[in-house]
Amino acid sequence: MTFGVRGVTVRFGDHVALDDVTLEAPPGRVTGVVGGDGSGKTTLLRVLAGALSPDAGEVRRPDPGRIGYLASGSGTYPDLTVDENLVFVATAYGVHASEVARRSGGYLERIGLAGARDRLAGHLSGGMRQRLGVICAMVHRPELLVLDEPTTGIDPVSRADLWWLIARAAAGGAAVVLSTSYLDEAERAASLLVLDRGGSLAAGTPEEIAAAVPGTVRRLRERPGGGLAGRAWRRGARWFAWEPPGSPPGEGEVVRPTLHEAVTVAALARELEAVGGGAP
Amino acid sequence: MTPLAQSIGVTRRFRHLVAVDGVDLRVDPGEVVGLLGANGAGKTTLIRMLLGLLPASDGRVLLFGRPPSRETRRRIGYVPQGLGLYDDLTPLENLAFARAAFGGALGELPAQVRPLARIPVGRLPLGVQRRVAFAQALAHGPDLLVLDEPTSGVDPLARARLWETIRGAAEAGAGVLVTTHHMDEAEECDRLVVMAQGRVVGEGSVEEIVGGARVVVVESPEWERALEALEGAGLSAALVGRTLRVPSTGVEEVGHALDGVPAILGEAGATLEERFLELTLAGTAA
Repeated sequence: MTFGVRGVTVRFGDHVALDDVTLEAPPGRVTGVVGGDGSGKTTLLRVLAGALSPDAGEVRRPDPGRIGYLASGSGTYPDLTVDENLVFVATAYGVHASEVARRSGGYLERIGLAGARDRLAGHLSGGMRQRLGVICAMVHRPELLVLDEPTTGIDPVSRADLWWLIARAAAGGAAVVLSTSYLDEAERAASLLVLDRGGSLAAGTPEEIAAAVPGTVRRLRERPGGGLAGRAWRRGARWFAWEPPGSPPGEGEVVRPTLHEAVTVAALARELEAVGGGAP
Repeated sequence: MTPLAQSIGVTRRFRHLVAVDGVDLRVDPGEVVGLLGANGAGKTTLIRMLLGLLPASDGRVLLFGRPPSRETRRRIGYVPQGLGLYDDLTPLENLAFARAAFGGALGELPAQVRPLARIPVGRLPLGVQRRVAFAQALAHGPDLLVLDEPTSGVDPLARARLWETIRGAAEAGAGVLVTTHHMDEAEECDRLVVMAQGRVVGEGSVEEIVGGARVVVVESPEWERALEALEGAGLSAALVGRTLRVPSTGVEEVGHALDGVPAILGEAGATLEERFLELTLAGTAA
């Protein structure tokens, strides 16, 4: 069964944290939610995991006992050891302690935590704690695994280990939903939802999102002046500019947008709409 | 040209641990150098030596052609990962405080941030907070900027805008040293230095570091079984969408490892992240 949310809106007082957002999370696949600070990623994941009720919209999720959820900033208990964390969480989901050891042993071995089983979680490095958090969230073999920014602030080696665990969960049939603020990481997901200030900016596979850019993206030699400056951005040594559909063609070579350009254009279009009432 | 910052065969030992082992690094005016490495690779120790906060056990560190001192410290702008701003003060108050404490000019806020100049920093979006931190670090016109994950946590457009500020400083002649764990950010740099186990294991542009490194791409309707088979054969495979990417191997070896699991095999150029992991694992095994 495909889990997800449809047309979900969440308000905190006057602030609309999520505005009519839809997300599909099929089993056996990794679905990415990407956006910056304040985009609504955490709110969406909390709604999906059942930690927050939306003001409007529909949520499809399994029974609470079949959900694994890692809140942002690691859901481990600092005063418990690695083993105690695992047993505590798994027991809460009705998994027997002997079964926990059987299931987690291989994982701990593979991701370099086997030697740390008796250490307090509070004494682990950020990357180790985060890896432990993900194992805790998946040790009861949930049908829906929700991970809020599991890789933020950790180094690339820890990140590779986390993705190994994520692949394991998906291979076992779980619908995995994870959030990130980095597009190169988001590109690893089978499908993506791009959020910006509570609204959906784009959705689909990374290829679909890149192909759906309206208008034209051009590569420029240098920073453009005049009216184009507001629609230009820089990446490394390269400059890009976006021409909305129907605008007169400018200079520079037309490039096929990558996911990175597509998301930048979507954010630009939204920003220009907010200031200029739509006209480029 | 005198490098802004330079380490020559620099080593740092903590008792029996060699945290930095004979590292040569230089940052020239106008260039953005990215320093990459897993935790424990020695990046922080190297930077602390470059900033003059920690003496080297061996080798030499030069800032602006001289040993680090209070004088050289004044010519550096530093933005830590935690940004170093006071949450309860507004952007303007933060800048005024920095001037009162460290001297120099009052930092100038970018035009888009000015309307928010009287709101406490803790209530501003992260992208805006980062721009305030940049303004603070740039206030005294530093010759060398040291930035720790400068655009972590923000969306791509906000990241592009922050990088315009960083690029602007480099074009005005400053040297920039960036440490990061994220390849999106690393790809913004002119030159990268990759560290593992205290040593430099790779150096150059993104293209030079990736070089000819390839991965085998496995497309299988049963990727779960393919993953199982590859790992059973001791190969590490990364899941991307519904394909598997296997580094440091060849099509033939992967074909054997799959042992009859239906799959289409191809090859592709490695990403910077894949190459980084390869270099790091090789550096750790050595």
